[in-house]
Amino acid sequence: MQDTKTKNYVTIKGTRDGLTLFIDDRCSFEDACRELEEKLSVNHPHKDEQVVNVTVNLGNRYLYKDQEESLERIITEDKRFKVQSFDSNVILRNEAIAMLEDTDIKVVNRIVRSGQVLEIKGDLLLIGDVNPGGKVVSTGNIYIMGSLHGIAHAGVNGDQNAIITASYMNPSQLRIADYISRAPDYESDGVYMECGLIDSEKDKIIIDRLQVLAHKRKSLSGFERRISNG
Amino acid sequence: MGEAIVITSGKGGVGKTTTTANLGTALALMDKKVCLIDTDIGLRNLDVVMGLENRIVYDIVDVIQGRCKLKQALIKDKRFDYLALLPAAQTSDKSAVTPDGMREIISELKTEYDYIIIDCPAGIEQGYQNAVAGADKAIVVTTPEKSSVRDADRIIGLLEKEDMDPPSLIINRIRKHMMKNGDMLDIDEIVQILSIDLIGIVLDDDEVIKASNHGEPVAFQPNTKASIAYRNIARRILGESVPLQSLEDETGMFKKVKKFFGIRS
Repeated sequence: MQDTKTKNYVTIKGTRDGLTLFIDDRCSFEDACRELEEKLSVNHPHKDEQVVNVTVNLGNRYLYKDQEESLERIITEDKRFKVQSFDSNVILRNEAIAMLEDTDIKVVNRIVRSGQVLEIKGDLLLIGDVNPGGKVVSTGNIYIMGSLHGIAHAGVNGDQNAIITASYMNPSQLRIADYISRAPDYESDGVYMECGLIDSEKDKIIIDRLQVLAHKRKSLSGFERRISNG
Repeated sequence: MGEAIVITSGKGGVGKTTTTANLGTALALMDKKVCLIDTDIGLRNLDVVMGLENRIVYDIVDVIQGRCKLKQALIKDKRFDYLALLPAAQTSDKSAVTPDGMREIISELKTEYDYIIIDCPAGIEQGYQNAVAGADKAIVVTTPEKSSVRDADRIIGLLEKEDMDPPSLIINRIRKHMMKNGDMLDIDEIVQILSIDLIGIVLDDDEVIKASNHGEPVAFQPNTKASIAYRNIARRILGESVPLQSLEDETGMFKKVKKFFGIRS
């Protein structure tokens, strides 16, 4: 499938999972479209053949929404191609900031008192207590270096892998994604150095020793979680 | 230049007014010039506890609305020359007082008095806002009950937003036997949750109620537990370091000997 012409903005490579289109990031978008159209009109699966998955590799090119749509139209229209993803090395600055916010650990040093709500994007590291009636909310994990007496809500946007840890755990409620568990009705002492997480087998929030995180939430210490969250 | 201290609690009925009256009295006993301000408009009773009810002519709303001068509204205490009370209005509404009006009054009082003690109404609405405006310091009163500690926590959270020093804590109405049995919250437990400085503890004492009903704050009495506690708090406000009262009763040989010789403890 190599094109021998001098202008060679689009390279097509076959992989096990389908095709990868490499689009040169130095040419204009229109040129790339024109060439892509030319190339694809010659090479595409016929009616009775299987649908082929296509990954578009954009290099250092940023695509606007409408450009992405027109590119997708060129690839899929009347052909048995399906666009799996657009891969680009660049994203907008505010997207990057938003992504960073969602995965960053925010350090807060204060006491969350009764009636106060501390809301955080990303992970929360609270150095201080959450008093009864106080509430901490984050889109990621919650780590509390202090006593948790109030409510903690991790993974508020639906991340079921989020966890809550505390030096002293005696919460009135633990919430992770849309799961809620509350303290028993009888007076109970809290526990030291434990964590709350969703047990997928029991389908509820459990509180366990911190050590279990090492195998139940392996990605916690890695960089992967940040990427997968982003 | 004086210092304005607001006495607050969030919850009602924990002893804000009693504390205000007694701290004022105790400070006056130490030759300080003290002015008490009642900001509980509509439900005033600091004047009753101080026994000055029937001397009221003008009140704080009259001052703010310009019907009288601040000096005219101040009531001089019957026992001390330099203990004064600025009473709340009984007929007006809380909205008659504004934070700015309070600030003005307090800064005027500061030029003359060493300590201005402000009795805050229960709740966290307008009345609280008024009372806190212009204060340099806050003292939070709580009892060893969960509900009261919760409200104190809420109030401390609100006070932290104000431009003032971190508040101090008074734990009021401690019943020794209940605390010992674990039926009441422990002092350490309360201090740990609220995590602010403890400036004093006051034991539950029938004398307090008796004295309030006579319009004579208990701090005048020489040696009831509560009066000693209030005077200790006053000394701590002045910067002395005074150990906390012990919850334990004196027992054992020493007490028996003292009893034998008829020494009052």
